Amino acid sequence: MYPKRISAIKFEVLSPQEMRRMSVAKLNNPETYDDDGFPVEGGLMDTRLGVIDPGLKCKTCGGKYGECPGHFGHIELAAPVIHVGYAKIIARLLSGTCRECGRILMKDDRRDKFIREIERLKALGQSYEDVLKEIFRITKAAKKCPHCGAEQLEIKFEKPTSFYEVIDPETKEEQKLTPKDVRERLEKIPNDDLPAFGLDPKSVRPEWFVLTVLPVPPVTVRPSIILETGQRSEDDLTHKLVDIIRINQRFLENRDTGAPQQILEDLWELLQYHITTYFDNEVSGIPPARHRSGRPLKTLAQRLKGKDGRFRGSLSGKRVNFSARTVISPDPCISICEVGVPEEVAKELSVPIFVTPNNLDFAREFLRRRESPKASYVIRPDGKRIRVIDSNREEIAEKLEPGWVVERELMDGDVVLFNRQPSLHRMSIMAHYVRVLPYKTFRLNPAVCPPYNADFDGDEMNLHVPQSLEAQAEAKILMAVQEHVLSPRFGGPIIGGIHDHITGLYLLTRGEKKFSKEEAMDFLRAVDLSEIPAKEEYTGKEIFSFILPKISIRFKAEICQGCAVCKEEKCENDAFVVIEDGKLLKGTIDEKAVGAFKGIVIDEIMRKFGAAVTRKFIDDMTKLAIRVITRLGFTIGIDDEDIPKEAVQQIEETISEAEKRAEELIKAYREGNLEPMPGRSVEETLEMRIMQELGKARDRAGKIAGRYLGMDNSAVIMAVSGARGSMLNLTQMAACIGQQSVRGERLTRGYAYTHRTTSHFKPMDLGAKAKGFVRSSYKSGLSPIEFFFHAAGGREGLVDTAVRTSQSGYLQRRMINALQDLKVEYDGTVREQTSGVIVQFKYGEDGVDPMKSFRGKALDVKRIVKEVMGVKE
Amino acid sequence: MVFKGGRSMKVSLQDHVLVPKHEILKEEEVEELLKLLRVSKEQLPKIKASDPIVKEIGAKPGDVVKITRKSLTAGVSIFYRLVVE
Repeated sequence: MYPKRISAIKFEVLSPQEMRRMSVAKLNNPETYDDDGFPVEGGLMDTRLGVIDPGLKCKTCGGKYGECPGHFGHIELAAPVIHVGYAKIIARLLSGTCRECGRILMKDDRRDKFIREIERLKALGQSYEDVLKEIFRITKAAKKCPHCGAEQLEIKFEKPTSFYEVIDPETKEEQKLTPKDVRERLEKIPNDDLPAFGLDPKSVRPEWFVLTVLPVPPVTVRPSIILETGQRSEDDLTHKLVDIIRINQRFLENRDTGAPQQILEDLWELLQYHITTYFDNEVSGIPPARHRSGRPLKTLAQRLKGKDGRFRGSLSGKRVNFSARTVISPDPCISICEVGVPEEVAKELSVPIFVTPNNLDFAREFLRRRESPKASYVIRPDGKRIRVIDSNREEIAEKLEPGWVVERELMDGDVVLFNRQPSLHRMSIMAHYVRVLPYKTFRLNPAVCPPYNADFDGDEMNLHVPQSLEAQAEAKILMAVQEHVLSPRFGGPIIGGIHDHITGLYLLTRGEKKFSKEEAMDFLRAVDLSEIPAKEEYTGKEIFSFILPKISIRFKAEICQGCAVCKEEKCENDAFVVIEDGKLLKGTIDEKAVGAFKGIVIDEIMRKFGAAVTRKFIDDMTKLAIRVITRLGFTIGIDDEDIPKEAVQQIEETISEAEKRAEELIKAYREGNLEPMPGRSVEETLEMRIMQELGKARDRAGKIAGRYLGMDNSAVIMAVSGARGSMLNLTQMAACIGQQSVRGERLTRGYAYTHRTTSHFKPMDLGAKAKGFVRSSYKSGLSPIEFFFHAAGGREGLVDTAVRTSQSGYLQRRMINALQDLKVEYDGTVREQTSGVIVQFKYGEDGVDPMKSFRGKALDVKRIVKEVMGVKE
Repeated sequence: MVFKGGRSMKVSLQDHVLVPKHEILKEEEVEELLKLLRVSKEQLPKIKASDPIVKEIGAKPGDVVKITRKSLTAGVSIFYRLVVE
């Protein structure tokens, strides 16, 4: 079965005849229900428009509630009314046509030239808006009709729906054009002139922009709800339509009794207001219509517009079945390609088994089971769904035959899609295999946190169960976690060790640590290894080598100090990693080797052995690392940042010295001796020099602190191995927090009067202390003034993140909308899907898939040479 | 370029470092290209006939211009554009 294709959609304007033709009832009664609670004939709840009460029958089609789709009715307006949505086009038409003969204010040959131009652009699929604007500009300026010679007056359009004619250009005297006048003028415009205004005479007549009939949507579109108190509460649209009918009837009565013109005009105006707000209740220039409670009414435009509107809320963003959402928590013992699903969730979600002769017995087994995973429903070939309960299990199992569908509960090994919002890249939705586990959270291996950008501080994630075999196959082949270890963003691994994984492997592999046989067995217990050489003692490097596939690689580790000349293998720091044939010979495993985003080892395994081996390595690596760190123990406390007295002394001195140097700079500036830097004012120079000085001071203080903290300090281990935190964080804890800044400048307040940050300083004080330099450390504590400055700097960070996320979110939305139909074809070109227009002749100009590139480069020449020649660097 | 006083100087835009090489494709070449890409002329990217470089090389609407430019990712990349009014 092939889906039907829509080749084109054409929008037209409803004509009054069309509205009457599709109407099943003329409505003129502002009442909705009578005293008995039955819909009133000719009212807005007329049963000819369909029914929403169970028990009643539609008078048009005889359908009951749920069967009858509803039918349109109509209101005959007592006087014509402008349609707000078309007011702008009406304004164009009025100023562009003759007030006497209705012809376009332009000679025929010129008009035809413009029409041909529009046709040409239409054929090319380009915008002809500019041509329309040009026509508007020309016709608006015309003083005299070129066809009948009548003088033309300027038309003024007052938003949203009023039109005036300037009778006397000198006194600027204006006369209002009633919708009736407007309609009469629009009627006079001949069909031949319409294309020049961008209208197609086959589908639109301009007078239809002024309403004489108003279609009334069926009640099913605006159902009333019955409150707990038994009271009926009508839909906003119904409220609005009641207003329209009421005013419409009042207008009729007043006109028939011969009321004064003024009263009729007021009523007309009111009718216009109600119909305008019925279409759009957020039109600028008029107050929105309100509910009795004061809440603005949600009318037609409001139903469609915006985030929760019909398009973005109900069509693009539907709620779906076969999905679950709950809090996530970590489980390093399950594979990265698995997801722990709570029993309760697994019982609720179902997977269909399409029964064939081959799986008949398999399906039958689920029907007979009384414990999960059991069958919950069966669907017969005639489409009937039967709930499977204990009492009918056996009976259904007997009847089961090919062609039936058995819906069984989710169980281990099922493939599901797992997702965390915001879904910013394709790794935000990946396929995992189910592991049904106790408790109420989804469990995932912490190594897959980076692609989802998840943590466990209360994050929730969604799970979807593919329902067809095709979908399941696609999920397994295209969306599986192991297929996304390398990110298409930068061509490196995005899945890898984090936090404890890195610390654990660092502790294991650093230096030549020896572990007893028992310890080694414990570390490797969770890892699936068939054989390891029998030894009494193993080094950490040996233990890590057991889980390593046969790769050969050499690189500098994260802990590399960046010496001027690298000693490579002979590095005193054990920071040069040498892996040969799957044996870690030298160097420490840290973030650079196995970390997410960096992980060179993971990258290498992926390229050499593919996704399955990489998955196994990451699973083993995380399990091993967690065992190691658990067994060796790893902790930090406040006293980790304790530094000896002499270090404190040295830090104090360094900072005092820097402050003194800042004072000297200020003195030089005051005396006019400060030499400005090229392209900077003296003031800017001073600021930059001071910032530089104080920054240096903090770094120096950090170095001093770092010297005394030592490499066996837990916090330092985390910082250098790249597990968590940085040396800067440690500096701020142990030595000195440093300069606080807002917008990259030192804190400042006031220009003329105050000229100081707080009243603790003299005005114009430019010193370090007065402008937000915090010399304390987090551990020693901040003085009240320092604390205040710190808060000012901290606030900026918060505001920045808040602003950035909203801005980048909108940016992304716009980009997705712009690029959504582009596809890379098999010939390497990028084309728009429907028109086949070429956007790029070769994807990215070089035709390289960034995921299969090497760190963004198309080829890793060095590696190829090495592999082909077998040369070691 | 016309200076004050009516003196003029012929400057070729193509000489500028930032302007890539533009050339008009011959009829047969166009046909070959369209066949290779399996597209109609209208499905190519467009360039306006009023574009200075198009005027300079004298391409007319309906012509296809071949643009050879330096690319950060690929070294040299070739684009084709249909001249439109």
